[in-house]
Amino acid sequence: MSARSPLLEVENLTTHYPIPRGIVGAISGRPKQVAHAVDGVSFSLARGEMLALVGESGCGKTTTAQTVMRLVDPVAGTIRFCGDDITHLRHRDLRPLRRRMQLIYQDPYDALDPRFRVRQAVEEPLLVHHLGSRTERTERVERALERAGLAPADLFLDRYPHELSGGQRQRVAIATALVLEPELLVADEPVSMLDVSVRAEILTLLDELRRSGLGILMITHDLSTAARFADRIAVMYLGRIVEQGAAQDVVRDPRHPYTRALITVVPKRDPRDRTTPQILKGEAPNPVKVPSGCRFHPRCPEVASGRARDRGLEERCRGDDPLLREISRDHLAACHLA
Amino acid sequence: MSGALLQVEDLNVWFELEGRPELHAVQGIDFDLSQGERLGLVGESGCGKTTAILAVMGLLPPTASVAGRVRLDGDDIFEDGEDSIRPHRWRDIAMVFQGAMNAFNPVRRIVDQIVEPMELHEIAEGKAARRQAGDLLELVGISAQQATRYPHEFSGGMRQRAAIAMALACNPRVLLADEPTTALDVMIQAQVLELLGRLTEELGLALVLVTHDLPVVAQTCDRAAVMYAGKIVESGTTDDLYHSPRHPYTRLLFSATPDLYGEGDVISIPGTPPRLDREVTGCSFAPRCDVAFGPCSSVTPESLSVAPGHQARCHLNDPTMRRAS
Repeated sequence: MSARSPLLEVENLTTHYPIPRGIVGAISGRPKQVAHAVDGVSFSLARGEMLALVGESGCGKTTTAQTVMRLVDPVAGTIRFCGDDITHLRHRDLRPLRRRMQLIYQDPYDALDPRFRVRQAVEEPLLVHHLGSRTERTERVERALERAGLAPADLFLDRYPHELSGGQRQRVAIATALVLEPELLVADEPVSMLDVSVRAEILTLLDELRRSGLGILMITHDLSTAARFADRIAVMYLGRIVEQGAAQDVVRDPRHPYTRALITVVPKRDPRDRTTPQILKGEAPNPVKVPSGCRFHPRCPEVASGRARDRGLEERCRGDDPLLREISRDHLAACHLA
Repeated sequence: MSGALLQVEDLNVWFELEGRPELHAVQGIDFDLSQGERLGLVGESGCGKTTAILAVMGLLPPTASVAGRVRLDGDDIFEDGEDSIRPHRWRDIAMVFQGAMNAFNPVRRIVDQIVEPMELHEIAEGKAARRQAGDLLELVGISAQQATRYPHEFSGGMRQRAAIAMALACNPRVLLADEPTTALDVMIQAQVLELLGRLTEELGLALVLVTHDLPVVAQTCDRAAVMYAGKIVESGTTDDLYHSPRHPYTRLLFSATPDLYGEGDVISIPGTPPRLDREVTGCSFAPRCDVAFGPCSSVTPESLSVAPGHQARCHLNDPTMRRAS
C-alpha cells in the first residue's frame, strides 16, 4: 500500500447475475442467461473526494458499489484499495479491510435495530471486529456520534431509534460506519428517505467528512444533489459509465446524449426556468439483452432524429460499442458523436 | 370564486387516538380549483397534505372526524356526510393514491381492473367498458393491445400510468394525485408529469398534485399551497412562491432543495415540526424560524392577503404586529 495510490481504483469491473431458469428450464436445456448488471466500469476515487454514481434504477450503480465492497463477486476486472488488489481476496482476508470501507444505507428507519439503544447500535461494529476495551469502545462510540453531529453524545447514547427524528437516525447510521474509522464511505441514496428540510444537513455532514479526508462514493438518482455536493459525477446507463467528469462540467456541458436528456428532465426550482424536457421513450432495456453497438442507441435522440446519420455515424452507433474516452480534460464520454 | 370547480373551505380533520389526546391533523385549510387548473399541495411528511385530500374524497377511517365544506360547482358535498359524497366520489372527484402502481391486484388483468369501477358506478359495462378501458390506456400512453396483460408484465412507469387511467375510469373532473411520481426515476417522472399536464389541457381536468417535491410543483403547477403542521402557511402562484415568498418556511424549503445549477449553500431547517396532539400557542413554525420576533411565540398568525392571489400566515406581513413589537 502506498500513500500515493488513489484510495480506490476500479478497472473494467464486470458483475453478472444469473437469471434463474427454473427446473423446467434447466431440464429442457434452455440456455443460461445472465443480467449484465455491471458491464465494464472503470473509475478511481481519491482521499478527500466525493464521486457520485448517478443513474436510473437498474443501471447498475448499487451493484457497482456492492462489488467494489466485495459484497458481490465480479466476473472480471480489478478493484484496488489503497493500491492493493482486493478483487480476489478470500473472505477471511477481507475482514480487516471491511473496517476500512463502510456502507451507509438508504433507509435509516430500516438500518437501525429498533431494540438497540444508540450506544449499542454504534458499539456493535467494534464488538464484531473485536476492537478496544470497554472504556476504549465507549470513547470511540462517543467520538463517532459527535463526529456525526450528535453532540453532546451522552444526550443520545441511551435513546432508542423511535425517539429520534429521521435526520438523527441517519446520523446514528453514519456514526455506526464512522466508529470503525474507515477510509472509504459508500453512501447508497443517503437522503432519499429523508424529509427535504433535513437532507441538506446530512449532505453537509458527508461533505465535512470528505474534507476531513474520507473518500466518499455516493450513489444517487438525483442529479441536483450530485451536482451540488460531489466533486465528480459518473453517469451510468445499463451497466456502463457513459459520462464522467467534474460535477459542474457534466451538468453544464454534458457530452453524452443520455446525460443531456437526463438534465432536461430534472425539475428546476424556478418556475420561470421551464425548459422543454427531452423525454426518452420507454425505459432502459433489460440488462439480459444489452443492445448491440452503443447500448443507448435504441433510445438515443441523436439516432432517432437522424443527426447521427447526417454525420455518417449511425452505422457505428448501431454496430460499434463506444469506449469511454477523454473528450476534454478529465471529461470522459462514451459516444461516437461526442 | 364562484367560477371555481372545487372549493375547500375551513377543512379540519381530527384523529381519535386510543388513550391519547386527539390529533388535529388538518387545521382549517382552504383552497379552490378551476377547470383545467393545476394546484400543488406541498409539504413534508406529517404536514397533513394526504389527510386533507383523503378527507375531500371522504375516505378517512372512522377514527377521523371531519369538519368543513367541500363545494363542487358551488354545492356542498359534505352536507349530508357520506350520503352526499358518494355520488361524486370517482365520478366527479377521483384520486391516485400514493404507491397506486403497486396496488394492482396481481392475479387480474389490467383491463378488468379498470372496467370494475366503470361497472360498479354504471358508467359502462361489458364490451363497451372494455373498449373505454382500452381508450383510457391509449390516453395515458399504453397501447390498448396491452390491456389484457397482468400488472407484473408492466414496468413501474407503465403501472403508474395505468393507475392514472384507472382513476379516470368514471370521467372525473377533478383528479387528486398523491405523490404520483415519488418512487419513479426522473425520466419516468417526466413522462408521468407530461401526462398529467396533457390531461389538464386536453380534458380540462383539474389537478391537485400532492407532493413534498417543490421543483416538481414549480415545473408542473400554476399555483401552489404550502402546508406546515396542518395549516396552509402560504399560497399563491408558483412564481410568487419562488421569487417573492412571504412565509419563511416557503423560503427555507426552497433553499433546502438543491438545484441543478444552484449556486450558494443548500441549507437545512433545524428542528422538527410540532406535535399535532397538543395545542400550539403562537405560530407553529416559530421554533424553527430564522426571523421569528416578539409576537410569533404567543399570537397565532392569521392568513393575510399579501398581494392579489397570494396569502401567507406570518406576522412579518402584518404591520400592526411589527409596530407592536
